[in-house]
Amino acid sequence: MTIVGTKVLRKEDPRFLTEGATYTADLADPRLEGALHVTYVRSTVASGRIESIAVDGALAMPGVVAVITAADLPEGLQLLAGAVPLFPPDILNRPVLAGGRVRFVGEPVAAVVTEQAYQGEDAAEAVYVDIEPLPAVVDLEAAARDEVIIHEDVGTNMALDFSTLGMATGFSDDSFFEGCEVVISQRVVHQRMSSAPLEVRSAATVWDGDRVVMWMSTQAAHSARDSIAAAYGLDVESVHLIAPDVGGGFGSKINMYPEEILLPHLAEITGRPIRWFETRTENMLAMGYGRAQVHYATIGGDRSGNVTHYRVDVLADSGAYARIGGFLSMFTLPMVSGTYDIPHIETRARSFVTNTVPSEAFRGAGRPEATLSIERCMDLFAAEVGLDPVEVRRRNLIQPDTFPVTTAVGTVYDSGDYEASLDMALQAAGIDELRAERRCRREAGDPVAMGIGVSVYVEVTAGPAPGGNEFAKVEVTDEGRARVYSGSFSHGQSHATTFAMIAAEQLGMSIDDIEVIQGDTDLVAQGTGTFGSRSTQLGGSAVFEAAGSVVGKAREVAADLLEAAADDVVLDTDSGLFHVVGSPAVSKGWSDVAAAAEAGSLVADHDFNADCSYPFGTHVAVVDVDTETGGVTLRRMITCDDAGTIINPIIVEGQRHGGIAQGVAQALLEEVAYDEDGNPVTSNFADYAVISMAELPSFELVSMQTPTPNNPLGAKGVGESGAIGCTPAVQSAVIDALSPLGVTHIDVPMTPQKIWTAIAEANE
Amino acid sequence: MQVDVKVNGAPESHDVEPRTLLVHYLRDHCGLTGTNVGCDSSSCGACTVHLDGEAVKSCTIFAVQVDGRSVTTIEGMAAADGTMHPMQEAFHTNHGLQCGYCTPGMVMAATSLLEEIPDATEAQVREGLEGNLCRCTGYHNIVKSVLACAKGSEK
Ligand code: FES
Ligand code: FES
Repeated sequence: MTIVGTKVLRKEDPRFLTEGATYTADLADPRLEGALHVTYVRSTVASGRIESIAVDGALAMPGVVAVITAADLPEGLQLLAGAVPLFPPDILNRPVLAGGRVRFVGEPVAAVVTEQAYQGEDAAEAVYVDIEPLPAVVDLEAAARDEVIIHEDVGTNMALDFSTLGMATGFSDDSFFEGCEVVISQRVVHQRMSSAPLEVRSAATVWDGDRVVMWMSTQAAHSARDSIAAAYGLDVESVHLIAPDVGGGFGSKINMYPEEILLPHLAEITGRPIRWFETRTENMLAMGYGRAQVHYATIGGDRSGNVTHYRVDVLADSGAYARIGGFLSMFTLPMVSGTYDIPHIETRARSFVTNTVPSEAFRGAGRPEATLSIERCMDLFAAEVGLDPVEVRRRNLIQPDTFPVTTAVGTVYDSGDYEASLDMALQAAGIDELRAERRCRREAGDPVAMGIGVSVYVEVTAGPAPGGNEFAKVEVTDEGRARVYSGSFSHGQSHATTFAMIAAEQLGMSIDDIEVIQGDTDLVAQGTGTFGSRSTQLGGSAVFEAAGSVVGKAREVAADLLEAAADDVVLDTDSGLFHVVGSPAVSKGWSDVAAAAEAGSLVADHDFNADCSYPFGTHVAVVDVDTETGGVTLRRMITCDDAGTIINPIIVEGQRHGGIAQGVAQALLEEVAYDEDGNPVTSNFADYAVISMAELPSFELVSMQTPTPNNPLGAKGVGESGAIGCTPAVQSAVIDALSPLGVTHIDVPMTPQKIWTAIAEANE
Repeated sequence: MQVDVKVNGAPESHDVEPRTLLVHYLRDHCGLTGTNVGCDSSSCGACTVHLDGEAVKSCTIFAVQVDGRSVTTIEGMAAADGTMHPMQEAFHTNHGLQCGYCTPGMVMAATSLLEEIPDATEAQVREGLEGNLCRCTGYHNIVKSVLACAKGSEK
């Protein structure tokens, strides 16, 4: 019997459901006894110079232990090191606390340490920060014009030009499109979105002698440990980073924030443990956002529907300082041609600073942008040549017998059958009936317009290219049970179940006998973390390999017990028993082998390394658009997602569901917005329209599995597919609904107001 | 101020600041951290508990307002022998949770909804739980879990 591929209910659930998980704010660790609370004072202007900070009033308030500003910080703590060291240093390094210039609303200026959390709220308001406002620039394209410079010492708002790194091809002249019968250009907006994990950022810390112990809501415990060690001049062994249960991340909790890096310092100067739990408003003011790109895309081809040329100019908003968000064009550029065989492609990508929160990753991180632009262009191209958009896609899809395929931008796709996914999704949707219904309603002049949208996508996981690695250790205990130590980290992805299944399959044990340990840098020697749809294919494969090595060692012990040669001994993974080939009657179980083995010898670790994999699929959206109000009802969402071999179908489906909802949210609802002075207008959940269940239908999922040759499991990543394939399908459906009215393009999020305006403009 | 509340059937009595919210009374004074805080604008529902049997967002009421009343949190939902409440069981069976942060509030809101509309339809569930946000599940399996507990659903 094999467990991999079967539906297994989560091992995590009973505790989460009966007493609630233990998130950072829930910790009752005795080392945090008597902890002080931290509240940050933040800039209220988008751009300015701090003239003075008055802390005396706050210091006199009840419960206030310390108020810290930039002037109080030691050398090593003044700047937060950048995650990608390719930007100009002045743009790269952001102040931990702003002392001179402030560059976005929400930038931390002072830290208030109090006995109780409520006292911090009062005292923070009593810190008086006098800021001389300076001109701000919040719009990406305005920033690109360099009329207002954000980092005076750099002299330009351009943080990075990817052409100079050889990551973009650069543009030739206009003769590029010569010979094309049809050439269409479109500006495509990819709005700024909040990851909005339901648990905000949170951390707690205490010094244990010369060691820092820190608990933190993070996706990547080991890199957080390394950041703390670097900032405090410690070796990594002197930092113990623990990620307890984490209430979602979606990319926003990969890298370190100033609010976190400062905490061990506050613990040091007060000699007390420290806790920090931000409010949602602070989270919306200061946690990094995602997307925030504008593309200028041009597509060219012939009248029979063959696309031959594509050019895309990527402008990425890095926010006030260059964090990972300013570098995510690294995922956009290799994926610009999507699932299509387009022989001639030119790319350009540049990041610019603006007076907004420094950008971070958000589910998909650069790939949704590539997909949305090419899918939008395919629709526009189809409309121009007068062919059905599905037909145009079919004509240009990369064919299954050509894999591995190197695209015109040099990306090597591992495996796939894009047309099969298209066929399966269309069939599940009942495309003929849908088209018939659309025809009837159009002919009847229904004021509620029906639209159908189709997108075919491919994305890159375990990236950036060429690939990634993850660590695992598997050990069999003296009782014959197993412990899996993983450098990957579940904050909702269900590693305790999936990784136990992978180990169970190798070891022939029950998943109930396998414990998965993660998110603790003292217990797990090394690790990368969970992001970029990497966990199962890298972390899971590491578990697979390490467990395989343990079985190899155990066979030798079993051979002694069975008085046979190790080569003749096999592990029957159905029964979990070792026996000599052909003689299953005499056997030894894991407890026999563990008892006979030298203590602590049944252990192996593995650092698994693999190339990127390329999941793909097709999404179909069906919408009704009320042409009188601009309101959209998403009627159906049908997705066929192929992420290679599936370990546990319910968990994979859950990942797909979550991605789809966020993709719909990007298409229809969510946008982080600022006014022209740089004041955030979506600074809490009342103003930021996090998608709710009332705005969504149940989803219709079609399963497809094309294994990747890149790892022993055959698994690709699945966590981001939904957010990548779904937005263009919904955008396409809404525009399709309005196409009889003459509407050809609406940018996401397609709010009722934007839709209503587009209809009115088309009527003029 | 002294605030006496019956929490999950047991009496609690704590001296708290008048501005203490019920959610903080439960978490910080009663040590019941299953109830989570997800926002500061009463928008997310992560803090949902039952007050005298009805779902309320515990971040929207002061502890003093519930003096003398009875509160149930996620910790009080399973039977004394540890058997999960049917709604908890349904979330487990239908994979209705991922990171788990919305889950306690979602389970409390869902049980309250079905008290009110025992045979709720999908549309009624989606309408009724609109005020409970989940960022992980896309709600698909949450809705499935709740419907599995609704009267008339095939068990
Ligand atoms: S914390 Fe109560 S509604 Fe969000
Ligand atoms: S399971 Fe993570 S917010 Fe709902």
